[in-house]
Amino acid sequence: MFEIGLTHYLVVATLLFVMGIFVMITKRNAIGILIGVEMVLNGANINLVAFNRYNGMSNIDGQIVSLFVIVLAAAEAALAVAICMNFYKNLNTVDVDHGDTLAG
Amino acid sequence: MTLRLKKILLLMTPLAIALSFATAPVQAADTDLSLSDQGIQTSADGGLLEALMFYACAGVTLACGFAICLSKNIVRMAVYLFGTLAAVALMYFLLLANFIGVIQLIVYAGGTLILLIFGVMLTSKSPWAKFEVKRSELIAAGIVCALFAGMLLFVVVNAEWPLETDAVVVGSSMTQFGTGLLTDYLVPFEAISVLLLVVMIGAAYMARQE
Amino acid sequence: MTQFSVPWKQSPPLEYRGPARGIVALARMVYTMATPIVSRFPGPILLGAIVGGTLLVWAHWMLFGWVETIAASDVNGAAQSVWGQTLTTAEIGAYLDSHSIVASGILKYLLWPLQLELLRDLVGLGAIFGLFNLIPVYAIWWERKVAGRIQSRMGPMRVGGWHGWAQSFADGVKLVGKEDLVPEQADAMLFRVAPYLAFVPSLLAFLCLPLGSYWVFRNVDVALIFIIAMVGVEVVGVIVAGWASNNKWSVYGAMREACQMVSYEIPMTTVLLIPIMTAGTLNMVQIGDMQTGGWFSWNAFHNPFTFIAFITYYIASLANCKRAPFDLPESESELVAGFHTEYSGFRWALFFFAEYAAMFVVSALAVTLFLGAWHTPIPATWAFEEDSIVKIFLNGVLFSSPFWFIFKCFIFIYIQLWIRWTLPRIRIDQVLYSCVQVMFPIACVALVGHAVWMVLLDGTVVSDIIRWILGLLTAAVTFGFLSVAAFGYRNGRQMVGYLAVKQLPGA
Repeated sequence: MFEIGLTHYLVVATLLFVMGIFVMITKRNAIGILIGVEMVLNGANINLVAFNRYNGMSNIDGQIVSLFVIVLAAAEAALAVAICMNFYKNLNTVDVDHGDTLAG
Repeated sequence: MTLRLKKILLLMTPLAIALSFATAPVQAADTDLSLSDQGIQTSADGGLLEALMFYACAGVTLACGFAICLSKNIVRMAVYLFGTLAAVALMYFLLLANFIGVIQLIVYAGGTLILLIFGVMLTSKSPWAKFEVKRSELIAAGIVCALFAGMLLFVVVNAEWPLETDAVVVGSSMTQFGTGLLTDYLVPFEAISVLLLVVMIGAAYMARQE
Repeated sequence: MTQFSVPWKQSPPLEYRGPARGIVALARMVYTMATPIVSRFPGPILLGAIVGGTLLVWAHWMLFGWVETIAASDVNGAAQSVWGQTLTTAEIGAYLDSHSIVASGILKYLLWPLQLELLRDLVGLGAIFGLFNLIPVYAIWWERKVAGRIQSRMGPMRVGGWHGWAQSFADGVKLVGKEDLVPEQADAMLFRVAPYLAFVPSLLAFLCLPLGSYWVFRNVDVALIFIIAMVGVEVVGVIVAGWASNNKWSVYGAMREACQMVSYEIPMTTVLLIPIMTAGTLNMVQIGDMQTGGWFSWNAFHNPFTFIAFITYYIASLANCKRAPFDLPESESELVAGFHTEYSGFRWALFFFAEYAAMFVVSALAVTLFLGAWHTPIPATWAFEEDSIVKIFLNGVLFSSPFWFIFKCFIFIYIQLWIRWTLPRIRIDQVLYSCVQVMFPIACVALVGHAVWMVLLDGTVVSDIIRWILGLLTAAVTFGFLSVAAFGYRNGRQMVGYLAVKQLPGA
């Protein structure tokens, strides 16, 4: 109980990951979906760092990959917000259910 | 102050400055600093407090995540996401990954999250814009996610991870990151910098005023 | 006291309730006791506070240092419990006797509790929290005094006697006692949480901020990025506050803040890479300790690019803690105080604490990274052998101590105040223009130039000459500024009147 191991972190990461998927499924707001994506990426990141830590940390591969994930998440958020703004400009809403017309 | 004292002081100033220059030692960095002097953590510092901190972080992470699932107000969701991100950063500190922790704080909490809130402000007509979701959809999503979570948890808890654990684990240092990014990970590092450039141009192109 | 009879109905005297009541009673007691003394001997008290503080700082440093040496000399030191206790008083006494330290009889009982990790952390946290609270209180008082002097008036003079030294405490008591208003249309939960989101990060920044080589709560290898991150995270609280207020002006303020912070963080961080490259580490303590060699070894004078970087950093930091001329998020005249229009009482005070603490933090970064951290302009090679308490104290006064650090930070806070009460506010498009098209290119050029300089010219005669010239230039500017200030202080009364009369029409 008071000896924290790899499994503890993996459980938290799993739950965060699944919550992120739930948010992605249920939210209608485009930015809400983006928040879900961020949660999923965070869950994955905890996995990477935890595995790195509990493998003795003789190298830092997991941390470097998680660094790349964080950078990718930032880039993705920037693009997604730009897309949301375009979406809003065209359709006057950010409800993704209205994004089913190809004519824009 | 008398005039003579003033004169002496005026004469002394350049002399003192010149002397201080003459005796200024060459900047010599201590190369053999101990780990605690360099501020690098080791796993020996833990104990009961570490366990308590972990449970606190995990609690905040999951509570904020759950609040995001339930919340209907988009700005509140962003604030709960802030809680999640900060708690995950603390978890990185517990995992001896200081650099990832601060990068999480500065990039996610300081950059991405603000971008999200900014996006919310620019794209909502009324301040409390709500998007209704059908109850049946919620239930279906809940069942799917619960099944998925159960499956993943079953795997995570029961799997035998081939771990090579040492008694005392030394945290990562900035030197490791620097050499890692410029030797083993040079190609992904360059690729990601090109990607960032592309994203910058793309975002500016898409968000521009017609 | 005579009772005046008034024709209207008198309201009962104001009653404070809840925790405010205790604070008010305490403040009243302290005020009545301290006022006569402070207003009679302000000078000796200030001097005594500085000397006493220095002594306390060094005594504290010595005690903690001894405990660490004893703990390190102990063989079983590795097998510490959660409470960190391994030594008995007898062992400590034996160590002290073997090193012929006087008064070991009392000292061993003093030192014993200090070996408990948790207790030491609590002492450190208490000190940080005290410092964190004291700095804004006196920065606010000082800002009002400076503003007054710049506008040829006195500033607060009443509360506490001597130059209104207790003004901020009185304001604090008033704010604690005020009603906690939440607007009807606001998002109540976010409205309540937002001040804490702004307040807590700036408090956390102090955890990694070293005030001296041994004066840091947690010596972290990524302290610098942590502090930058904390200054950047503070903005979340501001944005949420503006949004939750559901007020047009507040939302404008929050949008401006978000825009300004995100864009100014880029040149600021780019410029901070330059001292990092010089030092080769992100650890603030190590960066500070590399500048022990007196005035000319300070990072700002290393080469022209570090000098440019220092100035660029200072301007960007003004924008980053929303000080004038970049105080658009809270511009009083256009946005009626921007994001905190709807706030009152304690929550409003939290925003102010966060702002002034952030001012201190960015000044501390400038001092640590560019201007010699906790060292004086005198090179440390001249320091005394630390074989007696008097010499240790003298070393602290003359060469390096947390007081020097705080003193230097307050110089930069003073410049921030000076700029605020001198320059007009610039427009939002000018703010963004100056960031993207002026500061950022300068930062990039300085970064590349510094890298080239480090490869080609570091350690050559050219580098030394340039460093010498830059150092002398800055010394001359500082000296000139000080002499102008001294002249103004001496001839203050005549000068203001003279200028005022000369400037008046028809004079």
